[in-house]
Amino acid sequence: MQEVEKIVNGQKLFQRPEYKEVLANKKQFEGGMGAINPAKTAEIAEWTKGWDYREKNLAREAITINPAKACQPLGAVMVALGFENTMPYVHGSHGCVAYFRSYFTKHFKEPTPCVSDSMTEDAAVFGGLSNMKDGLKNCAALYKPEMIAVSTTCMAEVIGDDLYAFAIAAKEEDGGEFLAEDFPITYAHTPSFTGSHITGYDNMMHGIMSQLTEGNKKEESNGKINIIPGFETYIGSIRSVKAIVESFGAEYTMLGDHSDQWDMPAGDYSMFAGGTPIADAKDCINAKATISLQKYATVKTMKMAKKWKHVGGTSNPIGLKGTDEFVMKLAELTGKEVPQKLKTERGRLVDAMQDSYPYMHGKKFAIWGDPDFLVGMVSFLLEMGAEPTHVLCNNPARGWEDEIRAMLDTSPASADCHVWAGKDLWHMRSLLFTEPVDFMIGNSYGKELMRDTNIPLIYIGFPIFDRHHLHRYSISGYDGALNLLTWITNKVLDQLDEETKGIASTDYFFDLVR
Amino acid sequence: MGPDSLEAKQKAAIEEVLKAYPEKAAKNRAKHLGVGGPDDESQKTCGNVRSNKKTVPGVMSQRGCAYAGSKGVVWGPVKDMVHISHGPVGCGQYSRAGRRNYYIGTTGVDTFVTMNFTSDFQEKDIVFGGDKKLDKCLHEIDALFPLNNGITVQSECPIGLIGDDINATSKMYANKTGQTIVPVNCEGFRGVSQSLGHHIANDTVRDYIFDASPKTLGEPIAVTEYDVAIIGDYNIGGDAWSSRILLEEMGLRVVAQWSGDATIKEMVQTTKVKLNLLHCYRSMNYISRHMEKEYGIPWIEYNFFGPSQTVKSLRKIAAFFDESIQAKCEEVIAKYQPMVDAITNKFRPRLEGKTVMLFVGGLRPRHVIGAYEDLGMEVIGTGYEFAHDDDYKRTKDEIFRSTVIYDDVNEYELEAFVKALQPDLVASGIKEKYVFQKMGLPYRQMHSWDYSGPYHGYDGFAVFAADMDLAINSPVWGHSKAPWDKEGEV
Repeated sequence: MQEVEKIVNGQKLFQRPEYKEVLANKKQFEGGMGAINPAKTAEIAEWTKGWDYREKNLAREAITINPAKACQPLGAVMVALGFENTMPYVHGSHGCVAYFRSYFTKHFKEPTPCVSDSMTEDAAVFGGLSNMKDGLKNCAALYKPEMIAVSTTCMAEVIGDDLYAFAIAAKEEDGGEFLAEDFPITYAHTPSFTGSHITGYDNMMHGIMSQLTEGNKKEESNGKINIIPGFETYIGSIRSVKAIVESFGAEYTMLGDHSDQWDMPAGDYSMFAGGTPIADAKDCINAKATISLQKYATVKTMKMAKKWKHVGGTSNPIGLKGTDEFVMKLAELTGKEVPQKLKTERGRLVDAMQDSYPYMHGKKFAIWGDPDFLVGMVSFLLEMGAEPTHVLCNNPARGWEDEIRAMLDTSPASADCHVWAGKDLWHMRSLLFTEPVDFMIGNSYGKELMRDTNIPLIYIGFPIFDRHHLHRYSISGYDGALNLLTWITNKVLDQLDEETKGIASTDYFFDLVR
Repeated sequence: MGPDSLEAKQKAAIEEVLKAYPEKAAKNRAKHLGVGGPDDESQKTCGNVRSNKKTVPGVMSQRGCAYAGSKGVVWGPVKDMVHISHGPVGCGQYSRAGRRNYYIGTTGVDTFVTMNFTSDFQEKDIVFGGDKKLDKCLHEIDALFPLNNGITVQSECPIGLIGDDINATSKMYANKTGQTIVPVNCEGFRGVSQSLGHHIANDTVRDYIFDASPKTLGEPIAVTEYDVAIIGDYNIGGDAWSSRILLEEMGLRVVAQWSGDATIKEMVQTTKVKLNLLHCYRSMNYISRHMEKEYGIPWIEYNFFGPSQTVKSLRKIAAFFDESIQAKCEEVIAKYQPMVDAITNKFRPRLEGKTVMLFVGGLRPRHVIGAYEDLGMEVIGTGYEFAHDDDYKRTKDEIFRSTVIYDDVNEYELEAFVKALQPDLVASGIKEKYVFQKMGLPYRQMHSWDYSGPYHGYDGFAVFAADMDLAINSPVWGHSKAPWDKEGEV
């Protein structure tokens, strides 16, 4: 029974004797092996840790277990929320949209607006045209967006709905009451059964950039640099990148800037905040350069930029080298010297790296996430002398595996560093048991791996549901690299304390100064 | 009804909200909004709202889909089975481990609830069909997880559209191996919300758990006169545990929990109980009715939120049994009464008169009202994501005052109602949470208990009271206004 002066929730409540008894009694009715024969459960648990299991596990061809990727429309929703007053609109079943919204909201702890046109059985048979006609009109009437960005669920893709034709039909039927003739309805087909959320990002970004710029190509360049952040889940990273570009005094357009949308101050609520002005997006074709910060998340988009004859290309500003390259690229594009501000920032980062290196050097890491995130993170780990033992990507793009391999081959520990393309986190579990590491770097899905293997998890990635505010920080630029260094080094030190706090046994090494 | 009465304000708020819609949508939504009166006998449902209809396209509904109703709600928590999200990767990923269906077990070895198994469909699976891949998935799961006691196949949208026959594939595999394989045709586009998914999932329990008599581990369980099953408790934050302790204290034997912390063996055993205790009527009335018809097992609805309803429910349950149970029931009520009094004495003065607006799913839009009222709080608005008429009829008996009723409310409407009626607390889901917190309004998630709980039973009421106090009386809401803000701003 609860003590009123010390009310406890489930965590401690169910540890009380009366509940321990309830749970023990329940076992007589249960048919799980843990209740029937706990020794058998223990035996199988042990078996899952060995090489035999690992081989069977790695031989899987059909079932994916604990994936580290999501589906296309999630990325499309992110793109839409990066444009000013733009409503992401998902053509398909509303269940998907409930999932996208809750997924982002659990990560950012921020509202995530997005509508769907609630297709059901009849739409599956007759197509979703009438849903789209009503949906676009209702969305425009209620939320008064400046643009609606339409993506699709797999249902709409399987039945083959034509978004372009539907959008035109919707405007025609509306007759300008809610959807003016020039009201931008951008769209992209985002089938969930191809690629992952980063493919959806690419498709929607390509859709918005190509459709908004139609007929807007001018003879003369506007002299600006387009920056595309990619599927960026670190709000602070977008701000770091902007600060770098601004320090060159460069005119630029951040295409798909969701940094204010998912970081609204308290005090009032408006559905949309910040984002790329639609007018700037319409003009992006006239820029002189386009830089994508995530190569593998913008393959199609960057092909278009190339066709537009934009210089720039891709640059991954995670870690020291990555940031150096980005800075050099800007210096080249702007024809300016690297500003003193950045030189100082770089100097401070390198100073910090030289202060902390003994703790990361030679430590073995397992890491997973999106392909571009991994390129930046592996680079940083190598810069610190760490060993990326397992680098796992569930949604690799073409060329990724070779790129990572080449990076790992620069490490003295190259032979012990492995790339795992297309594998999932249940594979990772086997890898961690058979070839253990000192630390893991990844998202909240690493939590169960941490519990099972006892390997400490450093929370860097997406999604992060069970640690707060990390997404507000930067992991890009010199300041972002300093954050990475701080998080990783201090986790190493926390672990060192954890291992040396045994009274009168290990605590001779429980040093006050490290 | 004066111009400033609560009812008048509520009616005006509805009228105002409908103005924003195009004509067709306004006509539709008008039928889903109403003002419920506890004593208004003329109301067929609470506030005469219509429900379980298609969502208006383009409005930011909070509803989920049939897959969510089956995988996420009914089947997902069954702990000793593996549940495959069959189709593309997203659905399983977004729904992974978000509902806090607590369980005891060695995850990945003999229990699997928080994991995500998916057939991760690729384009070729859509084009050529995914049945072969499914068969391979089943083989691989049995090879790597030999202690699973069955596998369910939870269909995502494409399955029903590309002509796959998961029923045949599952049957073939089951016949070959003797394993329990449950194919569930819960494609997300079926029906208008989660609700049809519950129904479809209930039907598959009937077909594959009751009718197919799957093999179960261990000795058979001898039947007693006092066997009951908890139906429709998903053990969110441990709710079913803080419920079963009360039932056991009054001398009943809880042989099964559906489906939070459930094993397939408990579900099989349920056809032999004396009484089914139904908490979430919406999601599991179907299987309860079936057990009544097929096995002659009566079922009653109960409500373990807040002491008033808990006491009523305990007595209602005890009335089905002999005097010894009834006597013990009174002992249980007497045992906890001092604790209830202490909680009420402590928190009521801090919460008295605070108004609440709810929007949840399942049973909670009506079941939690009593718990708030026990603390002196006043519920002035409530609604369901996916209810039917019978839910709204039941709601009328649970409200205490004029209450604005909104079925399948969308973001626009909820925001407008909250602005018009200015409650002291909003209690709803994760998608709405930060909207209202940004406005400086205290908020509690009532799907996941905001990572706290349990809220069921007497011990749960203590947690509920403490959490509501925490939300309403936290100093953080006072910080929104900066010292330089002028009166009336922010």
